[in-house]
Amino acid sequence: MVEFLEFTLSGLAAGMVYAAIALALVLIWRGTRVLNYSQGAMAMLTSYIALTVINETGSYWLGFAVALAAGLILGAVVERTVIRPVTGKPPLNAVIVSIGLLILLEGLAGVLYGSNNRSFPFAYSVNGLSIGSVALGITRNDLFTAVAVLGAAGLLAAAFRYTSAGLRLRATAFNAGVARLLGVRVGRMLTLGWALAGLIGALAGMLVTPPLLNPNSMDAIFVLGFTAAVIGGLESPVGAVAGGLLLGVVLNYASGYLGSESVNLFGLAALLLVLMFRPTGLFSAAPARRV
Amino acid sequence: MTMARSPDPRPAGRLGGLAAPTLVRHLGAAVLAGVVLLIGSNTIGDYRDYQLANVAVYVVAVAGLTLLIGLSGQISIGNGAFMAVGGYLAALLLADLKWPLIAILLAATAGAAVVGAIFGVAAARLRGPYLAGATLMLAVALPSVATRFQSVLGGDQGLGFFIGVPGFLGPNVSPYRWLAWVTCGAALVTMVLLANLIRSRTGRSWRAVRDDEIAAALAGLNVARLQILAFVVSAACAGLGGTLLAMWNQSVSPGLFSLTLSIQLLTAAVLGGLGSLTGAVLGSAIVVLPYTYLQNQAISLGMTTATGSNVPILAYGAVLIVVMLAFPAGIQGLLAWMVRASRVRQAVRWLTGPLARRASPGPSVHSAASGHPDQRSAPAAEPQEKGTT
Repeated sequence: MVEFLEFTLSGLAAGMVYAAIALALVLIWRGTRVLNYSQGAMAMLTSYIALTVINETGSYWLGFAVALAAGLILGAVVERTVIRPVTGKPPLNAVIVSIGLLILLEGLAGVLYGSNNRSFPFAYSVNGLSIGSVALGITRNDLFTAVAVLGAAGLLAAAFRYTSAGLRLRATAFNAGVARLLGVRVGRMLTLGWALAGLIGALAGMLVTPPLLNPNSMDAIFVLGFTAAVIGGLESPVGAVAGGLLLGVVLNYASGYLGSESVNLFGLAALLLVLMFRPTGLFSAAPARRV
Repeated sequence: MTMARSPDPRPAGRLGGLAAPTLVRHLGAAVLAGVVLLIGSNTIGDYRDYQLANVAVYVVAVAGLTLLIGLSGQISIGNGAFMAVGGYLAALLLADLKWPLIAILLAATAGAAVVGAIFGVAAARLRGPYLAGATLMLAVALPSVATRFQSVLGGDQGLGFFIGVPGFLGPNVSPYRWLAWVTCGAALVTMVLLANLIRSRTGRSWRAVRDDEIAAALAGLNVARLQILAFVVSAACAGLGGTLLAMWNQSVSPGLFSLTLSIQLLTAAVLGGLGSLTGAVLGSAIVVLPYTYLQNQAISLGMTTATGSNVPILAYGAVLIVVMLAFPAGIQGLLAWMVRASRVRQAVRWLTGPLARRASPGPSVHSAASGHPDQRSAPAAEPQEKGTT
C-alpha cells in the first residue's frame, strides 16, 4: 500500500511534465491545426541556452528566466518563418516541416554544443520527502515541478478566460475566418499562440532535463507528452493535463511493478487502448466530418 | 450458368489489351535496370557496392511508405518498427532454423505484413494527428521489446546476422558485390510489384479513398479494408527492407531501428515526392549517399567526429523544410513541373508546332497537353511527321 502511494505520487510528478508538453501541443493545435513535432527539440535548445547562462553567471534562476524568454521568442520566430507558409496547406506539409525543424534543431544543438551529455542542475533538492517514517516517493523538486506546471496552466486558463487577448486567441481557434471579420488580427494571434507554447515547452524542458542534457534528451519526453495530448484529445487543455497525469501514473506503475524497460510498451498499449474506443481522444467532442 | 460464362472473354481481352503492356513495360524497365546494376556493381569498388546496397535497402522500405502516404493518404512515422519486426524475425530464423536466404526474406516480409495488418486494423479508425501519434509511439516502443525479452532477442547487443556469399559463385564475387546483388534484386522485385499495384484497381481505389473518403464509400469501396491493405503492403515492404538492412549491417539491435531510421524513411519519401516510386529511388539516394560525404567535409573543417556527425542531420532538417516550402511535391514533382512548364515542353511545341499547324492543329496540341506523363511528347509528334512526309 505504501509502495502504491509512492508510485502514484511519483507518477503524478512525472506526469506533470508530460502534461506541460501536451499543453504546449494543444495550444498550437487549437490555433493553427499543426502538430508541433519540434516541441521537444525547441525545449532542448532553450535548456542549452539556460545552461550556458547558468554556467556563465552562476545563477540558476537567471538561466530559468532566460530559457522561458528564449522559448517565447523561438516559438514566435518558428511560426513566422516556417509554419506560416504551410498553414492552410495539406496537413502533411506542416507535419513534414515540423519534423524537419526537429532534425534541424537537434543537428544545430549537436554542432554548437556537441553530442555528449552535459550535467544540468536541479531547481531544488532531490532528496526524497517523507511524513514521519513513511517515504512519499517524491522530492522537493517534484513539488516545484507540480507547482510550476499547475501554476502555468492556471495562469494560461485565467488569461484565456479573463483577458482581451485571451478572448481573441479563443476566437481565432474557434473560427479564424469569423474572427478576422470581427477585426481580430488572426496572424498575430497565431504567432502569440506559438510563442506561449514555446514558453510552456521551455518550462517543461527546464523541469525535465536534469540531471543530463544532450541533443536527444527531450525525444522520449516529447513522445510521451505527445501521447498524453492524443489521449486527452488534442482539442482540450484540460484533457492535455489529465492525459499527462494519467499517462505518468500508468507508466510509473508499469515501471515500478514490471521493470523500467516496459515503460514505452505500456505507453503504446495505453495509447492504442484509448484510441480503440475513442479515436479522437478522451476529452474531445464527438467528431464531425464534412461531407 | 451461361450468364456466368459469358463475361469471361472480356477480362481476358482486357488483360491482353491494357494490363499486359503495363506489366511488360514494368518488367522491361526492371530487366533493363537490373542489367545496368549488374554491370555497374561489377565495375565499381567494394565501398561503392556497399553504398549501392544501402540505397537499395532504403528504396524497398521507402517505396512501401510512399505508397501508404501518397496513395492511401495515411501517414506513418513508425515504419522503422515494421523494419525491426522483419529484421528480428529474419535473425531468429537464421540463427535457430538455418533457413536459406530466399525463405528468410519471404518469411520476414510475411511476418511484418501480419504485424502491419494487426496494427492497420487499429489504425484504420484513426485520422491525421491521432494516426501520426500512434505510429510515432509504435516506432519508439517496439524496439524496446528487444530489451524486455533479452534472452531471446539479445537486448541492446542484438543478434548477429551473417550470410556469406553462396559457394557456387566462387571466390571472384566479393561479399559487398553479393550484398549489392541481393538488395538491388529485392528492390527491383518490390518496384515491379508496387508499380503494378499502383496501376491496378486497388491503386485507383486507394487514390479515391485518399481524395475523398465519403465519396469513395458511397461509390461502394470498402474504405477500412483498403486502408488496412495499404498498411499491410507498406509493412511488408518495411519488413523486407528491415531484413535487408540486417544483412547489410550483419546484425540487428534496437539502435539500428531507432526513431531516426523512421524519420529518414519519411524524409526520403517526401524528398522524392509522395506516391512516386521513381521519387522513392531518388529520395533514398539523397538520404543515404551524402551522409558520409557531409560528415567528412565537417571533420575536415576542424570539427571532431562526434560534432561532425551532426552536420548531415542539420542538413537533412534544412533540406526537408526548404523542399516542403518550395516544392511540396518533392523532386519527382519538380522534374514533372519542369517537363510540363519549362523549356522542354516549349521546345517540343516549337519543333512540332509548324508541322501540327499544317496537318491538324486542334487535337494534336490537346493530346500533347492531356496525355499520360510518360508518353507526353512522343506520340503527338510521330503521326504528324508521318502525315507530312
